[in-house]
Amino acid sequence: MVFDKKNYAPGTHPDLPPPPGTVGVVGWLKNNLFSSLSNSILTLLSLYLLYLLIEGGLSWFVVDAVVNANDKPGCRKIGDGACWAVIVKRFDQFIYGFYPLAERWRIDTSFFLLFIAAAPLLYPDIKFRKSMLIFSCLYPFIAFILIKGGVFNLLTIETNLFGGAMLTVIIGVTSIACSLPLGILLALGRQSRLKLVKLLSVCFIEFMRGVPLITLLFVASTMLNYFLPPGTNFNLLIRVIIMMTFFSAAYIAEVIRGGIQAIPKGQYEAADAIGLTYWQTTRFITLPQALKISIPGIVNTFIGLYKDTTLVVIIGLLDPLGIGRAALADTKWNGLSTETYLFVAVIFFISCFAMSRYSLWLEKKLSTDHN
Amino acid sequence: MNSKNKKNVIKINEMHKWFGSFHVLKNINLEVSLGERIVICGPSGSGKSTLIRCINRLEVHQKGHISVNGVELSGDLKNLESIRSDVGMVFQSFNLFPHLSVLENCTLAPIWVRKMPKKDAEELAMEYLERVKIPEQAKKFPGQLSGGQQQRVAIARALCMKPKIMLFDEPTSALDPEMIKEVLDTMIELAETGMTMLVVTHEMGFAKKVADRVIFMDEGEIIEQNTPKLFFTKPTNDRTKLFLSQILNH
Repeated sequence: MVFDKKNYAPGTHPDLPPPPGTVGVVGWLKNNLFSSLSNSILTLLSLYLLYLLIEGGLSWFVVDAVVNANDKPGCRKIGDGACWAVIVKRFDQFIYGFYPLAERWRIDTSFFLLFIAAAPLLYPDIKFRKSMLIFSCLYPFIAFILIKGGVFNLLTIETNLFGGAMLTVIIGVTSIACSLPLGILLALGRQSRLKLVKLLSVCFIEFMRGVPLITLLFVASTMLNYFLPPGTNFNLLIRVIIMMTFFSAAYIAEVIRGGIQAIPKGQYEAADAIGLTYWQTTRFITLPQALKISIPGIVNTFIGLYKDTTLVVIIGLLDPLGIGRAALADTKWNGLSTETYLFVAVIFFISCFAMSRYSLWLEKKLSTDHN
Repeated sequence: MNSKNKKNVIKINEMHKWFGSFHVLKNINLEVSLGERIVICGPSGSGKSTLIRCINRLEVHQKGHISVNGVELSGDLKNLESIRSDVGMVFQSFNLFPHLSVLENCTLAPIWVRKMPKKDAEELAMEYLERVKIPEQAKKFPGQLSGGQQQRVAIARALCMKPKIMLFDEPTSALDPEMIKEVLDTMIELAETGMTMLVVTHEMGFAKKVADRVIFMDEGEIIEQNTPKLFFTKPTNDRTKLFLSQILNH
């Protein structure tokens, strides 16, 4: 390495480039993978293990795998890798449950519209945001009509035919969308100076957090009938969504309360001093800061909620896990649990990983520190 | 000093305040006339900050009377926000809103409290940001500015509400020496516009230069008040003398 040994008079030292090998790809490799002898050995060892894993996995997953067969023995005749035929044959069920074949375009349309409705909520800088937000507000009604039917010559589809990934998305998205505002209100209620509001919020939060979700789902599926007036028929899916919403709202409330408490007292004093009212302060000062701090916790709760939707299997709703179990119970596919559960895992992983990445992106975007 | 022909904008009469059972302000009597500049000094814990925080009711007094712009501050006050918006306040720790840009910090209250159209509020904010000499930072966030710049933004934010009275709670205590000067210069310029100012500070140079009256507080009481000239040259109370000798001779 050649260093510039030249002496400069005080105040005339120019900005010099960093020594070679400390920046760029070489610098990164040196710092992170080969910084010492033991680290270099670990790096090489890890690379070798990775190679073994990929080589073995690849043959089971891809090379020896069978996609086209009518049952398990048929798979085994062709190859001894994964038998993906079970997924291929039942793919529609994994996605749509028992929704009638001819009506599935309604699910596809709703799913597509969901992205348009969610875009202005998720990306604040999007073009035409204001007009898109109007659509977002209308979306729940549009989706309800499309999926359930009963008006505009659309065939009514009973909710017991709902299943698969579509059921997960319906329960998950609805509960997430409803539990955030409810959670915010509960968090504010718990901090309220009004004693009754505070008491009610605390009771609700502590009760919901103190009871396992399964219990709430059982309450939703069986006991709720005892509390409701006789003759009321209250859809099971709606009951489940309400329970899921309440459950996660309690968690969200506590996460946001943590965020609210992290805001320095000076922020409220400054807001008071310029004459903002309580609701103005909440809207412009408290919530933007508290929600920003709480993003990791909120998304954590949402991911948990999304995965907890699999618990509806217990009360007889067939989400992807339920469909998978039904497939395994079929004598034709008996014993293909690895393939089935892996596929169910992938369905959930895609959604949860997307949520996680989105939250990281949002955190970065909202950061107003030195950069 | 308190000239008779000038209107009193603040009147404090036999005011007391307790924190729990701790008697933090004792029998405060103070009248401030329009355009008067008052510097409040005293050892820490003497109640200076609490006193000026009572004036915009960030702290609530338990006994006596405070009236600001002719309105008595009491528990059954309906439009506390409108009274507060006539009294600007600058804090020791700036208390800018970190999630809003400098411009948004300044326009928030004019838009939502004064119901000003956004465009007018932004013009007004730029006018004041120019006055505190940082219009070029308008789009930045507070976290990207130096302490002195942040405090000048805080002053501009308060001024955007066109307050009749400005309260300063140790505005330079959290700043590096180099930055103290830029903030004090801003305050001196503000004083020259005839703003009514109550300033809690240890900057005695500022007091000598702009104050009409210096108030010395200790243990919750106003011990002595006088013009800066007499206050610094002929203090009458022993505690004042001790305090002055400690802060002037180091």
